[in-house]
Amino acid sequence: MEPWWISLPKAFIVINLVLLMFAYLTWVERKVIGRMQRRYGPNRAGPFGLLQPIADLVKLIRKESFVPTAGIDVLYIGAPVLSAFTALAAFAVIPFGPGWEVLDYHIDGYIANVSISLMLLFALGSVGIYGFIVGGWASESKYSLLGSMRTCAQLVSYEVSLALSVLGIVLMAQSLSLVDIVATQDGDWWFVLPQAVGFVVFLIAGTAETNRAPFDLPEAETELVAGYHTEYSGMRWGLFQMAEYVNLILLSALATTLFLGGWHGPWDDWFGPLWFLLKVAVMIFLFIWLRTTLPRLRYDQLMRFGWKVLLPVATANAVVTAALVLAL
Amino acid sequence: MARPQRYASWFHERREPSAEPGSAGREPKEARDVSPQPLESLKGFGVTLKQVFKKPITQQYPEYKRPVYPRFRGRHRLWRFENGLEKCVGCSLCAAACPADCIRVVPAENTADHRISAGERYARIYEINLSRCIFCGYCELACPFDAITLEQEFELSEYSRDDLIYTKDMLLAEPVKRVPVADPDLYDTPIPAYKTDA
Repeated sequence: MEPWWISLPKAFIVINLVLLMFAYLTWVERKVIGRMQRRYGPNRAGPFGLLQPIADLVKLIRKESFVPTAGIDVLYIGAPVLSAFTALAAFAVIPFGPGWEVLDYHIDGYIANVSISLMLLFALGSVGIYGFIVGGWASESKYSLLGSMRTCAQLVSYEVSLALSVLGIVLMAQSLSLVDIVATQDGDWWFVLPQAVGFVVFLIAGTAETNRAPFDLPEAETELVAGYHTEYSGMRWGLFQMAEYVNLILLSALATTLFLGGWHGPWDDWFGPLWFLLKVAVMIFLFIWLRTTLPRLRYDQLMRFGWKVLLPVATANAVVTAALVLAL
Repeated sequence: MARPQRYASWFHERREPSAEPGSAGREPKEARDVSPQPLESLKGFGVTLKQVFKKPITQQYPEYKRPVYPRFRGRHRLWRFENGLEKCVGCSLCAAACPADCIRVVPAENTADHRISAGERYARIYEINLSRCIFCGYCELACPFDAITLEQEFELSEYSRDDLIYTKDMLLAEPVKRVPVADPDLYDTPIPAYKTDA
């Protein structure tokens, strides 16, 4: 256990880095999607459009933040706060480095090492879904209600496949703790090779979990106006966007930790966070690439795929892994 | 037990309509293959990735201004004769032709010592409300004296709506030439399609 006066600044730094990553993730996404569509992304606000997130931030803060007359104030305001909080809190258990010795104090490579950290992550994700349900419902609007119901049905269905897809990892690493899972991948093959099926299922279920294309029907503008965040404006909407993008970063970080060897790199583990960030960047690019390429799935196609295709595959993967782990 | 007759007597003897004149388009369609092709979808990823390495086709506006054709309908202009008299006689045919009703013409008599136009009367007040104008060019077509034409200036933004009401002096002035005009002899189509250099 490291002293609190090391953990606290570390947590502060990690949260700020995550928020900075979120802001510039919007920039990266707009630029990359633009290039994939043979156009420039934003390139007017600052050189290469780098001040675009700042411009968006100022715009959102300056917008009128209203509450619908028929809405329930506490729930309406609390919903984005809940989603954003759970998204950010999950970063407490992600390991990003090997731990360093500085001036005979030991700095851990994570903020908290809980023995059940993987389960904690899924629990936080599920509580985050409450933010979407409550937000859409408390808006007292037909579009929001329908959008939030659809979103939550989608998220709950794919949550099952997501949890099952990592079951293979847990069986192979014999632990639920992310730190142990990363340690098991040291020197050994990364889990992406023996658990390739689990990796694919994780990616697909993860895209559905974070409401990203091609599973973003609940928030597509042409469908339900904007789904559960129709009645939100200004920074409250910004908080929902933050929850969504931070969830995406979290998912990439989780995929890196579970399947791609975490912070291990080709040389010198002291640079752990660098390798971690590189791998997370590759995963994020994958998700952006997915968004640009694939058209949206219709809602019934989405639900059918989640229950009839993904869940059996995830279950089969877990059963086969369990059998192999017992046999070998 | 005889089954009650549900169909007409001729129902079971009927035939599909044969290929007679006038029955074209009734050939049975071949069954199309609509099974999902997940591997083909992966080709789409290659397509999107390839586009990253090609040059974007956006034309960046203030740095590159696409040439307009000579008949482009931009800001209006009132013309004068060589000797300085205005061509506009205040007949209001342009105001009558305008679909958006945005031209205001108040005529006045030309006196001997105060002669503005070549005829009996002139347009004392001539205003066009550019926020209502749809730039259709009907005023240009309606004018019997070729007094008003639409030139090629389209960069007409203002900070207040009042500034968009152009008075006669503003309309008499020559438009600012900020946009190149395409030479009609050089091109088959009026505007070059994708010019890649600025």
